[in-house]
Amino acid sequence: MFSNLPLLSLVIWTPIVGGMLVLATGSRNGVEAKVLALLVSLATLALSIPLYTQFDVSLASMQFEELLPWISSFHINYHVGVDGISMPLILLTTFMTVIVIIAGWEVITYKVAQYMAAFLILEGLMIGTFAAMDAMLFYVFWEALLIPMFVIIGIWGGPNRVYATIKFFLYTFLGSVFMLVSLLYMYMHAVDVNGVGTFNIQDLHKLPLDLTPQIFIFLSFLLAFAVKVPMWPVHTWLPDAHVEAPTGGSVILAAIMLKLGGYGFLRFSLPITPDASMTLDWLVILLSLIAIVYIGFVALVQADMKKLIAYSSISHMGFVTLGFFLLWKITENTGSASGVVLGLEGGIVQMISHGFISGAMFLSVGVLYDRMHSRMIKDYGGVVNTMPAFATFAVFFAMANAGLPGTSGFVGEFMVIMAAFKANFWYAFLAAITLILGAAYTLWMIKRVVFGPIANEQVENLEDMNGREFFMMLVLAIAVLIVGLYPAPLLEVMHATVDNLVAHISIPKISQ
Amino acid sequence: MNFVTPDFMLAMPEIFLLSMICIIMIIDLFLKDESRGATYVLSLISLIATAFLAFSNYTDQSLSTFNGSFILDPMASLLKISICIIVIGVFIYAKDYLKDRNIYKGEYFTLGLFGVLGMMVMVSAGNFLTVYLGLELLSLSMYAMIAMQRDSIMASEAAMKYFILGAIASGMLLYGMSMVYGVTGSLDLATINKAVSSADRVVMSFGLVFIILGVAFKLGAVPFHMWMPDVYHGSPTSVTLYIASAPKIAAFAMMYRLLAEGLADMHADWQMILVILSVLSMVFGNIIAIAQTNIKRMLAYSTISHVGFIIMGFVAGTQAGYGASMFYAIVYTIMSVAAFGMIVLLSRAGFEAENIEDFKGLNHKSPWFAFVMMAIMFSMAGVPPFLGFWAKIAVLQEAVNSGLLWLAIVGVVASVIGAFYYLRVIKVVYFDKPMDETPLQASMDIRLTLSLNGLAILAIGLYPTALITLCVSTFA
Repeated sequence: MFSNLPLLSLVIWTPIVGGMLVLATGSRNGVEAKVLALLVSLATLALSIPLYTQFDVSLASMQFEELLPWISSFHINYHVGVDGISMPLILLTTFMTVIVIIAGWEVITYKVAQYMAAFLILEGLMIGTFAAMDAMLFYVFWEALLIPMFVIIGIWGGPNRVYATIKFFLYTFLGSVFMLVSLLYMYMHAVDVNGVGTFNIQDLHKLPLDLTPQIFIFLSFLLAFAVKVPMWPVHTWLPDAHVEAPTGGSVILAAIMLKLGGYGFLRFSLPITPDASMTLDWLVILLSLIAIVYIGFVALVQADMKKLIAYSSISHMGFVTLGFFLLWKITENTGSASGVVLGLEGGIVQMISHGFISGAMFLSVGVLYDRMHSRMIKDYGGVVNTMPAFATFAVFFAMANAGLPGTSGFVGEFMVIMAAFKANFWYAFLAAITLILGAAYTLWMIKRVVFGPIANEQVENLEDMNGREFFMMLVLAIAVLIVGLYPAPLLEVMHATVDNLVAHISIPKISQ
Repeated sequence: MNFVTPDFMLAMPEIFLLSMICIIMIIDLFLKDESRGATYVLSLISLIATAFLAFSNYTDQSLSTFNGSFILDPMASLLKISICIIVIGVFIYAKDYLKDRNIYKGEYFTLGLFGVLGMMVMVSAGNFLTVYLGLELLSLSMYAMIAMQRDSIMASEAAMKYFILGAIASGMLLYGMSMVYGVTGSLDLATINKAVSSADRVVMSFGLVFIILGVAFKLGAVPFHMWMPDVYHGSPTSVTLYIASAPKIAAFAMMYRLLAEGLADMHADWQMILVILSVLSMVFGNIIAIAQTNIKRMLAYSTISHVGFIIMGFVAGTQAGYGASMFYAIVYTIMSVAAFGMIVLLSRAGFEAENIEDFKGLNHKSPWFAFVMMAIMFSMAGVPPFLGFWAKIAVLQEAVNSGLLWLAIVGVVASVIGAFYYLRVIKVVYFDKPMDETPLQASMDIRLTLSLNGLAILAIGLYPTALITLCVSTFA
């Protein structure tokens, strides 16, 4: 009976409209705002579940498609749809937003309605970005989501928040404008080729392009997505933004916004410019390996917990980009395309897994910060004595972050390392180093913070997690375990799409 | 020579407005200061009626009257309606500001209306003389409006500067026109356009350069921008509102009439000049704006950068390019009038919200107007989903289409630089604590108009199709 509902649009617009309603409450103590925000986020989560249950895993094409003319003079349409790559990411978004709303429940006391509304609007915009099938619609969502994030870091952030948030905005803005020029160029090119311009992403996939324009388009995409992922050397905004952002902001930033960059590679770079991707795949692999190894070492020396997790995020996202761009090296090395899917799927699983784990890690830091108002490792020690339940979860998520088998962190990293082995031993060697490094910086932090004797009086007076915090941690831990122990449903969803993507990429666009 | 009665109907909006101005002037003579509201209301009614007449006069052909010196085409109708609506907004924003500063005189409104008349003549000009007539009518009204606050040294200085520089620019424009006249033997733009191909290119090029100089001065393109920051800053905000908004539409129309209609065959000659103006305006406007602490000066430099974008659409020399450029000009005035409206909103008797710092903590005082300010700033920065984004897309698309990819890249880089100072305003509005607890004192009509203005920036941004189609189809 609900088959005619524009389900995807509902998932996009419910949080945005709900966010505006939350703003309209404008209440003083914020109770109405909080309750309404929670209801809206739960409703969005409920609405997004049919995207999974009604998803046909055998199809590689877009599902739940909606197409409405929007700006006819530029052939821009309101065109949304999901495939096996975007659907899990949308579910991740709706899931994490509920967590973030709960995380801000008691902590946020200043302008509560605006805080909740910003996260809801951000949720809608992020889902829109994942669902957009029109490049200009994608760009609108992509840029628009900077606005709520800018406000979140700027209003509820730490002492140096203004610097961090402006840096965050300008970095991302600079990265994306070149993508915009590329999109406009391809629109014009489509006029030359087909007689009619288009921003439809699937039409752009088929658009023939010579190698030189492809390379420029690829580089502009790379800039846009590398800033978002972020890849070395354009990662410097991330530690600042994470450190200054409120806990909820860090969670969303790490869990979802970084994934937008990875998603962009799959949706734009690889299929639109396959030949340039092949020509320049060494560049991405190089940057990824630098991120994995070098940033891993950087994480080791951090004194600030949030900064450490931020660098760990960059390092882990290096796996994602590495997995995405291994396919030509694999084909070159093994002579067959049998293993290429592994890298891509590993990257996608890593994105989902990192969404849960990094979100949980930032929440853990948030739990401590709310009590002690410090993120410095040296201010802690022996937390396990006063907060045993918290310590259990912290250790669990640290293990997951280090890639312990049985947790979701293991699956993606293992798949990418396997793929890297097929491509080149040294890629795999360098990537595998990070398993050691990751364990080192995460567990060392846990050792200093959680274990040992009680460091000071403040730690001695800590209270363990309350029911609300326990619930958030528990839900995330379950998610990490499910993906880690039984990733098959997740992989099954993306198989057809990834196969189709690989088949598309392997056909050169340039005339030989 | 036969005397043919011109078709007055085509100029009905102008004729009506002129009659109304005369009536308002006479009525105003007999009004005491406390009943000045009558002048205000009458001015608004005249503008609404003029807009309505311009609308009912709409034709999808290009008609001319007064021996070709007055043109009525879709562009003219659309721009006249836009000008009237924008100036209605200007008058509403200005009323309380004028009252608080004891300059609530009938002259502000009659001069403003004369300016509107001048702009409408410029928009419909088909002859060098009509262009000049409209331009001077507008300029003289503005000089007087700035100087109205006669006790203010700043305002007098601004008026003086504007007058001298404006007179020089007008002189240059006339000089250029005389050269073109000397070569082609005509002042009529259509006739000139036909004569260009057989004319002496050297003299024509000289004439072209001087004409562009006059146009660039009116638009405020670098390097003819020097007057703008001083005039924007020195004028009472009620007048800055006026100067910064509708005249840019008229300047666009002047550029279109002179270059695209009168000298279309010299496209290759003026394209490169305009490209340089565009690049300089975008880059310098955005960079210098970063250093400003006075929000009126900042907006002046922001205007300069927007002018660069307006010109960027124009350089393509295609119908779609003119459409994009006009779309940008209209969008710019909507944003600009809202931005200065915000300054008026925060000002009160004895307090000018002139510095960026005066916007501190607006989110505490009024979350709604903080949001409006955010919408204006993000729109100016070209961040979707606000209106300004689509204007940028439209002109960038035309630059790419005409093979000027590098110009588009300069444009986007300039807009990233520009984003910084817009973000700084949002930072002040949202992230800083207020300096005092004085509540907003603006009256209901300003609040309502400004809310509508801000909503328009968001709503048209979400669904820009109608306005874009209107602008593009105007030239098709």
